[in-house]
Amino acid sequence: MSDTESSARSHILNGIRRSLQRGPLTGEARHAVEGRLAAPPRGPDVARARLAQPEKIALFCQWAETNNATVARVAAGDVAGEVTAYLARNNLPARAVMAPSPLLDGYDWESQKMLSLRRGRGEGSDQVSITGAFAAIAETGTLVMASGPDHPVTLNLLPDTHIVVLREADIVGGYEDVWARLRERYGKNLMPRTVNTITGPSRTGDIEQAMELGAHGPRRMHIVVVRE
Amino acid sequence: MESTAHDFKSNVDSALANPNLQDSLAMLKVGFSERRRLAAERLPEFEVLRDRARDIKNHALANLDFYLEEFERKVIGLGGHVHWAPTAADARRIITDLCKSVGARTVAKSKSMVAEEIALNEHLEKAGIAPIETDLGEYIIQLRNEPPSHIIAPAVHLTKDQVADTFLEHHGPLGFTKRLTERNDLVAEARYVLRQKFLDADVGLTGANFLVAETGSSMLVTNEGNADLSNTLPKMHIVLATIEKVIPTLEDAAVLLRVLARSATGQESSAYTTLNTGPKRDGDLDGPSAYHVVILDNGRSSVLGTEMQEILRCIRCGACMNHCPVYGAIGGHAYGWVYPGPIGAVLTPQLIGVEEAGNLPNASTFCGRCESVCPVRIPLPKLMRHWREREFERHLTPKAVRQGLALWSFFARRPKLYRRLTGLANRVLSLFGRAQGRYDALPLAGGWTRFRDFPAPQAGGTFHAQWARHGGTRTRP
Ligand code: SF4
Repeated sequence: MSDTESSARSHILNGIRRSLQRGPLTGEARHAVEGRLAAPPRGPDVARARLAQPEKIALFCQWAETNNATVARVAAGDVAGEVTAYLARNNLPARAVMAPSPLLDGYDWESQKMLSLRRGRGEGSDQVSITGAFAAIAETGTLVMASGPDHPVTLNLLPDTHIVVLREADIVGGYEDVWARLRERYGKNLMPRTVNTITGPSRTGDIEQAMELGAHGPRRMHIVVVRE
Repeated sequence: MESTAHDFKSNVDSALANPNLQDSLAMLKVGFSERRRLAAERLPEFEVLRDRARDIKNHALANLDFYLEEFERKVIGLGGHVHWAPTAADARRIITDLCKSVGARTVAKSKSMVAEEIALNEHLEKAGIAPIETDLGEYIIQLRNEPPSHIIAPAVHLTKDQVADTFLEHHGPLGFTKRLTERNDLVAEARYVLRQKFLDADVGLTGANFLVAETGSSMLVTNEGNADLSNTLPKMHIVLATIEKVIPTLEDAAVLLRVLARSATGQESSAYTTLNTGPKRDGDLDGPSAYHVVILDNGRSSVLGTEMQEILRCIRCGACMNHCPVYGAIGGHAYGWVYPGPIGAVLTPQLIGVEEAGNLPNASTFCGRCESVCPVRIPLPKLMRHWREREFERHLTPKAVRQGLALWSFFARRPKLYRRLTGLANRVLSLFGRAQGRYDALPLAGGWTRFRDFPAPQAGGTFHAQWARHGGTRTRP
């Protein structure tokens, strides 16, 4: 840090302390906030985020559809078939870019002779992407995508149509359950570069407050929920 | 942005006389506010969550230095950079230098009120760097060379037809020569034009709804996905955020998210809520290789510990303006600076001075709707009153108002005289106005009667007289 930058830093921090009429936190006070960071208190319980698993799944599907996504619930053996059928139903080309994820590779794509798949990141010209999801939130019908080599962020954003393969077991109740999973997977205080939580297709209310789909991200979102 | 807050009166006159604006404002009542009501009803825990949201922000403000340092430590630990900017000029310089360091020619910008506050676009342009607004509303007003009129819906003052004309004018030269009439066609055309700009941009600049100290993440809440393209496609991502955006943990974010989208647009959740933490990691196939956070103060640290501190809880949801009868009548531009509505009436005098913006806190009917919908329970009317008092103390109140008040207080301190005089006025007004029931012009009250009628008093005397006649007595505690 340069001299000007470090003096700007202390200027702001000291200004805050002067206004709060105290010096840097020490002793008991510091201990208290450090403790709060180490063991974050949960907010008030939200009843709809605390359902049993089957109701959670149903609630997720209901909110996802309310938010303009479409949902299909299939067995693992039918995932690839559902993807091809969805593309055909919507007059979309049988061509997609898929996240290079071992989990997705586990489905039977070979069975779909007409479907051509590229694995990699999204490009401006891609029309359809297929990704997994780190988790999904029943409370609001929200998908949670954690970036990494197996899930490039561009796949969530650039194509017109986003197909998401979601395992039932990855549907959780509320945000807090997602944070717990992130801490477990990446270690406490560590995060992937990007966590996108996505609720339905991209939209905008910027013209006369009327919601229109497909502002910058996908216009269509299809969620394939894989039955266990 | 150059302020016209001192011209509030004439701004209001032109707003009231602008038919397109009045059409757009009429939609506010059935749009955002009705949707907010329904969303709040759907979540039984909404009011408890608002209490907690207020408490979380209060806790963060009381320990702001600690959480900012913690946030900084985490960002650096993950390979990002943190820059501290005491003033708007510092932030502009830091951002311009960062852009120059990668030879940037264009910057993809995602809507940021703080960037408006520091007039970033003009400065980037002066440095030869083209800022491209990518939020649809911001893009529209950038083409029209207008400031935003709402903090979450910057083009809410425009009708679809106005947008169609703007697009025809600016997209025509790009080959889009058909004037569009449908909203979805307008959205699609903007998407097409902006997509290439995203792919070409060297830097992505976003604001932040929250900075999470626990993880060093900046959190962005949007509907369009433009912020996510801005933080993923260009090689450098710059986050511009003010000091009060920091919150302790992800659990706290969950509470705030639950009240934010519902208060703003009445959605259960916005389409995209994104946590960005540092630059691209080993093995990632996309993402920026450099991640910078610029933390701006711009006067906020000196608000801490004062009676105005509560304003720093604001999470910029826009509910107060959506529900404000004054905003609903005049729109956002009349407020003359970046932040309109009740939040602007309180924040603007703080940020640019009560001398310039002293009129804004008067733009209130004190109906209290803003406070009743504010997700973090900011007592906006109380804070407006605070400014009115400051304005009065500093003799900034208009002469006519001061003289009027002085006259009134002379009589009010002489009850007998007061009663005799009001009784007389009452009889005169009642006598001449009884036939019509109202006055459309009155001497000395032109300011009132120019826009609305003054009711003629009905027979029966003044309130005082009627009170006495009905045997009214003052109850003593
Ligand atoms: S003052 Fe309250 S209602 Fe207004 S924008 Fe801020 S948080 Fe929202």
